Amino acid sequence: MLKRIDPRRDLVSADDAVSVAPVAQPTPLGKRLKLEGLKRSFGPRKVLDGLSLDVPAGQFVAIVGRSGVGKSTLMRLVVGLDQPEEGRVVIDGEPVKGLQSSVRLLFQDARLLPWHSVLSNVGIARTPGWREAAIEALSDVGLADRLNEWPAVLSGGQRQRVALARVLVGRPSVLLLDEPFGALDAMTRVEMHGLLERLWLQRKFTTLLITHDVAEAVALADRVIVIKDGRLTFDIDVAAERPRHRADPHLAALQDKILAEV
Amino acid sequence: MSRISRGESFVDRLTPWLLPVSVLVLWEICTRVGLIEQRVLPAPSQVAVAFWENAKSGALAHHVMVSFNRAIVGLAIGGSIGFILGVLNGVSRPAEKLFDSGLQMLRNVPHLAIIPMVILWFGIDETAKIFLVAVGTMFPIYLNTFHGIRTVDRGLVEMAKVNGLGRFAIFWRVVLPGAMPSVLVGLRYALGIMWLTLIVAETISASSGIGYMTMNAREFLQTDVVVLGILVYALLGKAADFATKLIEHRVLAWHPAYHASGSVSA
Ligand SMILES: Nc1ncnc2c1ncn2[C@@H]1O[C@H](COP(=O)(O)OP(=O)(O)OP(=O)(O)O)[C@@H](O)[C@H]1O
Ligand SMILES: [Mg+2]
Repeated sequence: MLKRIDPRRDLVSADDAVSVAPVAQPTPLGKRLKLEGLKRSFGPRKVLDGLSLDVPAGQFVAIVGRSGVGKSTLMRLVVGLDQPEEGRVVIDGEPVKGLQSSVRLLFQDARLLPWHSVLSNVGIARTPGWREAAIEALSDVGLADRLNEWPAVLSGGQRQRVALARVLVGRPSVLLLDEPFGALDAMTRVEMHGLLERLWLQRKFTTLLITHDVAEAVALADRVIVIKDGRLTFDIDVAAERPRHRADPHLAALQDKILAEV
Repeated sequence: MSRISRGESFVDRLTPWLLPVSVLVLWEICTRVGLIEQRVLPAPSQVAVAFWENAKSGALAHHVMVSFNRAIVGLAIGGSIGFILGVLNGVSRPAEKLFDSGLQMLRNVPHLAIIPMVILWFGIDETAKIFLVAVGTMFPIYLNTFHGIRTVDRGLVEMAKVNGLGRFAIFWRVVLPGAMPSVLVGLRYALGIMWLTLIVAETISASSGIGYMTMNAREFLQTDVVVLGILVYALLGKAADFATKLIEHRVLAWHPAYHASGSVSA
């Protein structure tokens, strides 16, 4: 296991705090997420076999692993759609069971309700004041002008942005992203990366991002972990300042290192 | 549709009418010169006269209203029962276990086969006709509602769950709208069965309604009224079809097949 903490990162955030503090900065939403020995099998197939992970509040973690290794299964356990056979999920010191209002999951496909407008899809939970919250979230993802349209007429990238707006309305403390950009073209992906990074920097929700794309992982995350054989087998911090440059040789070297572990 | 026809010339638009109109003209000529006996088939003009006379006396409107009433009441009863059972069995496995196989067995009995029993139970009363229509329309709506609810995208239900929707909200906002296309397919089938049932039931036993009107006319060899009755049934069937199309456009406005612009109109 490799751990490298970059001393500069603390400096940068301290700097930020000094220079930006007077402006109305949204309070960080993130909560500490701890996964303790999660086990889940389907029939004879042990998919997760005692997976543990400790994520500090507000950290951005990318999870990589081969197809079928159990990444989506892990997300379903964390969000509460499925229960582990053993182990538990702990949020801010509290063991949780079942669906949590502080945890939101963005699926690989947008899963918009075709019979609702973009706006009412975003405000699907219909919490008090949902309309204003939905409009705000839609402008955060740059779709404020499309709120009265049917989802069917949006492009793939736009749909995924609507789905992102929908999870943002819930003001999650823990945001789970299950390969949300997997189906998008390269240009749109880069756009979505920028959007996600900006939102995360603003709100600092604790984030788990599943991705097949190691370049995406090192471009966005504070930390990359690899899942293999039902466990966490590799864990590395990404010590690069933001905004990051894709051509950064340090990141490229990191990518190779991670790829060797997958 | 309309966009295409706008570009068509006058002749193009007349073409589809060419065949039916010539058939009518030919038919009229054949009956006039005696090639077809009136007892076999009345001339179109005679049917038109029969229509005019029956309309003037109010008899036609009376029979149509009676038939229409039976159809709607029967459909409302049968459709509601089918819909409620479909929803119930769709959302609840225990309910499905309890009801479904029984309903499947009943479904295999052709409902027109029970007409003799129905006459014994209810006589030739209104109840008999309404009962038959209700039984006939219940099953297509039941089956399609059940199927629609069972085949709602699981992904959408999960999405609703993780976004904090409760069971009722999931039902109203996800499951039911998702089942709607299928429910409407059931409604279409039901409408076809509704008219068919009514035609048979009214022809066999009734003292009013279009079926009665035609059977009565048959006794007096008024073939023109019989043909008129057949035409009225056809028109009512067409009207029912049109009504479902309107409902579909309204209920399935979100469906890409129904919206041209993409914006949600209020
Ligand atoms: N409901 C289920 N029933 C049976 N097996 C399941 C179920 N869900 C997942 N599995 C199995 O668990 C394993 C892990 O699936 P999972 O979807 O978590 O993989 P993944 O890592 O997300 O893969 P991908 O990267 O392709 O999305 C697979 O072998 C899959 O067949
Ligand atoms: Mg997956």
